[in-house]
Amino acid sequence: MATEGSAARQSIVRTALILTGLTAFEFFIAFTKQSYPSIFGISEAAAQLIVVVTFVILTLFKAFYIVAEFMHLKHEVKRLALTILVPFLFIIWLLIGLTVEGDYWGKLSEAEPVSTSELIVSPA
Amino acid sequence: MANVAVDKQALVEGERPSMNASYGKLMMWFFLVSDAFTFSSLLVAYGALRISATSEGWAWAFPEVVFTHTPLLYEIWHIEAPLVFVGIMTFILILSSVTMVLAVEAGHRKSKKEVQKWVFYTIIGGVMFLSCQAYEWYHFISGTPDGGVLVPAALMEEHGVSRGDDKQIVEFHLPGHGAEGDHGSHDGHAAVTALTLFSHDEIKDAEAVEKILDEAHHTHAGTYYVTREEAESLRIPNLDKNLMVKGYWVKSTDGEVAAFRLTNGRQINGPKSFLAAAQQESNHWTTQGGANLLANEYGPQGFAALFFFVTGFHGTHVFSGVVLLLILFLNVRKGTYERRGHYEMTEKIGLYWHFVDLVWVFVFTFFYLI
Repeated sequence: MATEGSAARQSIVRTALILTGLTAFEFFIAFTKQSYPSIFGISEAAAQLIVVVTFVILTLFKAFYIVAEFMHLKHEVKRLALTILVPFLFIIWLLIGLTVEGDYWGKLSEAEPVSTSELIVSPA
Repeated sequence: MANVAVDKQALVEGERPSMNASYGKLMMWFFLVSDAFTFSSLLVAYGALRISATSEGWAWAFPEVVFTHTPLLYEIWHIEAPLVFVGIMTFILILSSVTMVLAVEAGHRKSKKEVQKWVFYTIIGGVMFLSCQAYEWYHFISGTPDGGVLVPAALMEEHGVSRGDDKQIVEFHLPGHGAEGDHGSHDGHAAVTALTLFSHDEIKDAEAVEKILDEAHHTHAGTYYVTREEAESLRIPNLDKNLMVKGYWVKSTDGEVAAFRLTNGRQINGPKSFLAAAQQESNHWTTQGGANLLANEYGPQGFAALFFFVTGFHGTHVFSGVVLLLILFLNVRKGTYERRGHYEMTEKIGLYWHFVDLVWVFVFTFFYLI
């Protein structure tokens, strides 16, 4: 192990503080997001998009700190880290694929949108 | 990446693990990768359903309206505090991750006492989280008194609103059960001799009652429903008067009722006279309180179904983690790892525990924030 004793504990506390800080920031956004359209003079849809993107970015930051520091992946050999991380390209593909597909399901019928449960059994 | 020297010759000969990690840790990592795929699929499915339901500008459930219960605040002062409780849960899980990583660090120094202490705190954190989840599920399932609604099909017709023929139901309850679903139970059909329909009509013919109950779908304590087709074949009296359409109010964020959404996905945005009348009337009627896998008062079917599935699956992982930690704790106490000469088991279980925290970070964002 690269660090032992008090140095290691210090970095643990630092990571914990970062995670707590990021979560607190997320809450701050969650509680104030309704006033963004009027404060910044943007449309509701734009505000919603900005908030969602911010949440996702903050979440990815938190995930990075948990995996890199708490799960120690940053300090493992590169080969191990890549073996674990590269398969998640499939998830990115799944995410893009189903996002597009989900949007299409919703647009199937403009007059009479179908229920999601019906969509599962009848992929048109 | 840290520069860890890898003995290439040894790698080729298979004497040292090729990833410079022990077999056990490596396998734990691979298990976690596969588990992460499962969770990712569930979350992506949630995203797809949500996008499909909202792409026409429809509302999904508003988390800040759904998750408002906080222990003590709610029970004693009846204060609604949106998202506060889930914040506490998140904080508990992060803290338990910190105590876990401190246990791993103590394990590197082979300090039995400290490992024991930190593992114990981690167990406490895990149990606290599970208890919080139980509280949250309880309130999610039991719901609010004025949540989901049943609107009479007749009222919709009166206002010229098309009623969506496929999801009409007749709801009724057993004698001795309030419309709000008292927490009683009936033991077998034999004891039941009467049913009260939605319009307060009663069916008293014991044979008919038994036949109806055989077909009925259970919603909550004492409350049942049959579909329109079933009601027709069962010859339920005054069918038109008793037909109900299930749905829930779509409220804008300021709490105003903006639309009525059927559980089959159709949304009725007006006319205002219908919304007002239906809201007025439904105050006196049975409500579809809370949530189950078929329907919920908060949003589309997929919302509650996936909430149960994803948070339940995560909770199962937390529970397994607590069991693993208990075994670890007992073994540390017994001195198993001291005799073995290393505390690697702490690291392996630690990896699993951090993974559970990692999943929660995503669940938290997608179910509670967005």
